[in-house]
Amino acid sequence: MSDQTNLSFREQGPYKGIFAWIFSTDHKRIGLLYLYSIVSFFLIGVLLGIAMRLELLAPGRTVMDPATYNAIFTLHGVIMIFLVVVPGLPAVFGNFLLPIMIGAKDVAFPKLNLFSWWIYVFGAIIALSSLFMGGGPPDTGWTFYAPYAFKTNTNMLPAVLGAFILGFSSILTGINFIVTIHRLRAPGMTWFKMPLFPWTLYGTGWIQILATPIVGITLLMIVGERVLNIGFFDPALGGDPILYQHLFWIYSHPAVYIMILPAMGAISEIIPTFANKTIFGYKALVISTLAIAFVGYFVWGHHMFTSGMSGTALYTFSLLTFLVAIPSAIKVFNWVGTLHKASIQLEAPFFWAASFLFVFMIGGLSGLALGALATNVHLHDTAFVVGHFHFIVFGGVGFAFMGAVHYWFPKIWGRMYNSQLATTGWIIFFIGFCTLYLPMFFLGVTGMPRRYYDYVDNFHGPNVISTIGSWVLFLGLAIILFNLIKSARSGKKAEKNPWGGKTLEWTVDSPPTLENFEEIPVVEKSPYDYRKTTEL
Amino acid sequence: MIGAAHLHRDDEASKLGMWLFIFTELLLFAGLFIVYGVYRYLNPVAFHMAAEELSVTVGMVNTIILLVSSATMAMASTAIRLKNKQFTILLLLLTLFMAFMFMTNKYFEWKGKFEHGIFPGSEDLLRLGHGDTLFFSLYFFMTGLHALHIIVGFILITIVCYRVNNNTLTHENPVLLDNSGLYWHLVDLIWIFLFPLFYLIT
Repeated sequence: MSDQTNLSFREQGPYKGIFAWIFSTDHKRIGLLYLYSIVSFFLIGVLLGIAMRLELLAPGRTVMDPATYNAIFTLHGVIMIFLVVVPGLPAVFGNFLLPIMIGAKDVAFPKLNLFSWWIYVFGAIIALSSLFMGGGPPDTGWTFYAPYAFKTNTNMLPAVLGAFILGFSSILTGINFIVTIHRLRAPGMTWFKMPLFPWTLYGTGWIQILATPIVGITLLMIVGERVLNIGFFDPALGGDPILYQHLFWIYSHPAVYIMILPAMGAISEIIPTFANKTIFGYKALVISTLAIAFVGYFVWGHHMFTSGMSGTALYTFSLLTFLVAIPSAIKVFNWVGTLHKASIQLEAPFFWAASFLFVFMIGGLSGLALGALATNVHLHDTAFVVGHFHFIVFGGVGFAFMGAVHYWFPKIWGRMYNSQLATTGWIIFFIGFCTLYLPMFFLGVTGMPRRYYDYVDNFHGPNVISTIGSWVLFLGLAIILFNLIKSARSGKKAEKNPWGGKTLEWTVDSPPTLENFEEIPVVEKSPYDYRKTTEL
Repeated sequence: MIGAAHLHRDDEASKLGMWLFIFTELLLFAGLFIVYGVYRYLNPVAFHMAAEELSVTVGMVNTIILLVSSATMAMASTAIRLKNKQFTILLLLLTLFMAFMFMTNKYFEWKGKFEHGIFPGSEDLLRLGHGDTLFFSLYFFMTGLHALHIIVGFILITIVCYRVNNNTLTHENPVLLDNSGLYWHLVDLIWIFLFPLFYLIT
């Protein structure tokens, strides 16, 4: 084992200054590049979301006109989905940690990895350029539904092309991770000795590869409709707009699992570490990961229950949707089982993981209400749906992301953060989150449609609560960011293994050296073996 | 770029990566095949009539060209392993020549259609009705995307050819040639589906 005097990856590399980052093929630097870009886009998305909530504070016009509101919710969706949560955990923590967790020096294709980041930035710039060109930002919602997507006079083209390009980045990252996991596991690390976070990245990689091309070609068809006037989805030319919805959701539903699987993986890492206990049902967690990835392909129709489908299709999609709940619930039971009779370390990452369980349960169970045909007709396109997917995507993925940042912070920056401030930030964020999104369930059940600019007076109360929630959440976020940024610069130096984790990343320096390991480790034990002493 | 981590070579990984990429390409076209299938099912007569507008001869010549070019590409993979540099380059140049021939044929075929007023968004096409519009939209979109892949393959093989010529790609590291070959066979394979769907099923 090397001592702490070794140079970290930040101090090594062929280039200086900013080029040390943007031309680096080191997986750790690339992970951080993704982190900084994703957090920047996330903050833009948050500000847009707060602007939306501000508009909904009172009925009628509050701060902006309806066209601006349409543009803002579209941009909020496009940024948050395509630029933040889809790359989110895999691109940031997958890049930084996957090679270390499986005992490798880098991913299988380091140059391709850097190229993926460049494509990501390129796609993001193209997508965001739609803001500043004549015609104004797109106003279709992030789903770009036909036929409005090629009828509107706003800048659809850059937004759609941007999403198409971002898809390439996602595919290349997926290929890279799958090949890395197949080829570069340390000696002795059989498939079932691999930690759970790499397992979820493996499932995610397959979804990225198998689902993303479909949305790629669909978005390309939308480009064709606008530029060449070909009529795939235009009823006036014989096309079928419903077909667009099918093709769009064939990708975009599995994309939800691209987001949530690595989040579940991060939770599966945090919980055993802070419970000081072997994870309960390791194999069940692995198999449920693969089951979610598999079943996730066959449920896209539940986004279209009211669009017009045959009865058989409706029943089938509804049934399959319920099936997804089984592996998800298996995971929840396993996490809770791990906590049972454990001596739990109460630290910020654990709080995020515990609150993940809470919000993920609410999100998942409200998803069942939407997956049932009869209730779906009532709730379709209401604020209930908005509440549901924010609980899954922001609650699930967002909380897991926050948990992962706090968990691996010492490893990534080599410093500790202020634990008390982190907990304060978490509780304010959590309260804000619930205040923001819980009223939406109520609004949706009582009939408030989503994406509406205006509403009747009956809906005023919950909307006010929700908007106040958005301010509380923002306060929590500000505290968290302040704490983390400050600690990354001047926090106390971290040891190799501050939390007592058992996976390989805790055996290397904090922050890791350029090549992670002096010598490639030989793995003999299961990744969560807490039976012996707690010392390494 | 510097450092041992980046100096290692794993041909198996490169092959695996290429195969995965080829899956994604197949799925890219799969989306279009779904669209084709749906619209063919909805407009059987119009698709039948529209397909008769396309020349089976031109399509067949292009099919033969691509099949033979796949063969020369596969032979190049063997030739480089037999350390026969000259023959490898000859085979690669033959492949490139056939790719060029394919594109030339395609150009004249498209040009002919354009002269008859058949192109996406044209008024003549709209007058023919929805089925024909969809058929030709799909025809131009799918063969256009395929042609784009031919161009990418052309560039790839040109790079391979250049690297064989200056001895940076030899029998010791033929993986780039093999992967370009895989890509070229993919392009060929997609055409083998496009040809019957647009030219033969009438």
